[in-house]
Amino acid sequence: MLPLEGYLVIDFSQFLSGPSASLRLADMGARVIKIERPETGDICRTLYTSDLVMNGESSVFHAINRNKESFQADLKNEADAKLIRNLLSHADVVIHNFRPGVMERLGFDYQSVKAIKEDIIYGEISGYGPEGVYKDRPGQDLLLQSLTGLTWLTGNADDGPIAMGLSIVDMLAGAHLAQGLLACMYRKAISGQGGSVQVSMMESAYDFQFETITTFMNDGGHNPVRSAASNANAYLGAPYGIYKTANGYLALAMGSIPFLSKLLDCQSLRNFSDGAEAFEKRDEIKALLAAHLQTQTTQKWLSVLEPADIWCADVLDWNQLMEHDGFKVLDMVQSVSMSDGFSYKTTRCPVRIDGELLFSSKGSPRLGEDNERIIREFGLVPTVQEHTLDL
Amino acid sequence: MNKPLEGLLVLEFCQFLAGPSAGLKLADMGARVIKIERPIKGDACRQLAIKNLFVDENSLLFHTINRNKESYAADLKDPADLKRVKELIAKVDVMTHNFRPGVMEKIGLDFQSVKTINPRIIYGVVTGYGNKGPWAAKPGQDLLVQSVSGLTYLSGMADEGPVPFGLSVADILCGNHLTQGILAALIKRAKTGKGVLVEASLLESTLDMQFEVLTTYFNDGGKLPRRSAVKGQGHSYLSAPYGIYQTADAYLALAMGNLQIISTLIGCDLSGVYTDSRSSFEKRDEIMLLIAERLKMKTNAQWLSILEASDIWCAPVLNYQEATALPAFKQLQIQQPLDLGDGVINTTRSPLQLDGEKLYSSKAAPEIGSGNDIINQEFNLV
Repeated sequence: MLPLEGYLVIDFSQFLSGPSASLRLADMGARVIKIERPETGDICRTLYTSDLVMNGESSVFHAINRNKESFQADLKNEADAKLIRNLLSHADVVIHNFRPGVMERLGFDYQSVKAIKEDIIYGEISGYGPEGVYKDRPGQDLLLQSLTGLTWLTGNADDGPIAMGLSIVDMLAGAHLAQGLLACMYRKAISGQGGSVQVSMMESAYDFQFETITTFMNDGGHNPVRSAASNANAYLGAPYGIYKTANGYLALAMGSIPFLSKLLDCQSLRNFSDGAEAFEKRDEIKALLAAHLQTQTTQKWLSVLEPADIWCADVLDWNQLMEHDGFKVLDMVQSVSMSDGFSYKTTRCPVRIDGELLFSSKGSPRLGEDNERIIREFGLVPTVQEHTLDL
Repeated sequence: MNKPLEGLLVLEFCQFLAGPSAGLKLADMGARVIKIERPIKGDACRQLAIKNLFVDENSLLFHTINRNKESYAADLKDPADLKRVKELIAKVDVMTHNFRPGVMEKIGLDFQSVKTINPRIIYGVVTGYGNKGPWAAKPGQDLLVQSVSGLTYLSGMADEGPVPFGLSVADILCGNHLTQGILAALIKRAKTGKGVLVEASLLESTLDMQFEVLTTYFNDGGKLPRRSAVKGQGHSYLSAPYGIYQTADAYLALAMGNLQIISTLIGCDLSGVYTDSRSSFEKRDEIMLLIAERLKMKTNAQWLSILEASDIWCAPVLNYQEATALPAFKQLQIQQPLDLGDGVINTTRSPLQLDGEKLYSSKAAPEIGSGNDIINQEFNLV
């Protein structure tokens, strides 16, 4: 039995942040119904990466929205809105990521939904919180990376700001929302009480940086300084970083400089010590290390370092990773199928429960493909006996 | 507000970041978290400093990750200590560890053994690379996991070689995933009354983080990501103008947007390279270069006033000093002080608001074993 079997999640969200949270809930056993506007649906359906079109829609949409159903409804149309209110009376969880104020106008804010379903668990993601001067700004990943100092942590000292090349703030906001929802679902299982969960991308971006921003707050407010080369963490000393070798690259995490000097037979590092010096003189140390590591192959260095328990690794691209037994043994790739038979490969849920991998063969839904079935199943006929809403 | 995890008791055998960050999340949502630490040295993170910063005997890093927790010192190789720990395990809801595969089996605290002491236990495990295969015994360290996962070919520029994310992103994602798994397991237990095993690994979490781009890779014939050759590219898979640009006085981020509108607004002639919407990806580098040239001509403030007025998705690129001075940072009350008794550490609070309330806790990280007396007494451990 999957942990969330029997739970119904109604997901109004688009793009990545909210939908990544509902994907996690779906993989853990919940039933997720996406509410999408007619014709266009979730904008992510047409947000292409690499211009790759898969069965008429973007690969990103397929990745994020597998294992879900789609119900199309125009929330501004009263007949449609009634259907959704009916559906919500069966829901356990609601998710949305509209800008602050939108759900209030549509009559689907927390208080309105609570009037329909007293013990609802209501989750929302905003860019910058529900109030304040930034509330109407677009909550977009690159903008959040830029506004929270994150771009000064990756790359080398003279690179200028470097974005992390994934929508990392979206994903963290989604992960945080999922946690808040799950915690409230646990509380409801024990006490019957509903609740609300609010996450903003800005708070999630700072939570992501909690180590470095805490250092900033307690260290006299100095901005981070990345190392001149081979930077992997602006706050860590040498050797922490990735180095070029004679035939590839080598990642070196923590390691004692005097010990490395001996192991690698690197005479130029002989006079450096650990601790403060490995941090303060990291540019010098890293430059000497870089010059030395280029003289031999990655395999040669690994054969010296690994037996001595130095934390190191080869640096792989995806082709090399897919060929590696360390990846194959994870069984991380699954094939999923859409209702029209189109199938595609994607990754599975990263969490294992009771030793089992959580696979699901259901692909992403066509826009509105589940309307009829859901209307029938829940008896969603607009009738005169509607809930009276305090709007 | 009654916090959702109030009344739950968690034993954390984890060290460093991934596992303890999960413990912190559970603590902030109301659980009571007790770190089980070896005497004298404790969690190795106590001595792992970033920027060589320490507060008292412990690294500031340790304080950041382990606030809002208690500490119980126990030597798991000492039979008397182990007996007390087992008695404690019998009374808790959740335990977590991140030892390498095999260690807990040797001590007799693996899931199967613990279930006989406490059949309702939620047992969370973090590993580096899962518990079998050629990497199972490798150190589960963030940079190494980033390096083998392909992640390092997504940031930076085309000819740069691998560029790692400048934070312990594998650890942090994995801690979040472990938290999700533990919470789902608690929900399951509420129904079945039975204990649950939850496992997460840094590598699986780092692959999950790449799920969008990996799905693209799996379905476009295995093409590797192609980073832009232009400085400031924001995402290997997204088309122009997505990226960060230098202006006359600073840097500006431009997210996805209609190139025709943007080029008109900034007065940049793209007619030579832009023919239709496909050009924005196919001619990404050429377009980004033209935009970059043009954006150098004015200041951030000038561009923002032009672009924001037309609802273009853009933002100034800020460093920590500028970012923490933003009104939005202050309004969200992201900062919270921890009470050290003789001083204060400022850190961040939980990113969640539950039932309309922010989750604060001023409780600083514990000294090793500072909870032993109280816990021994409270749980009658002899």
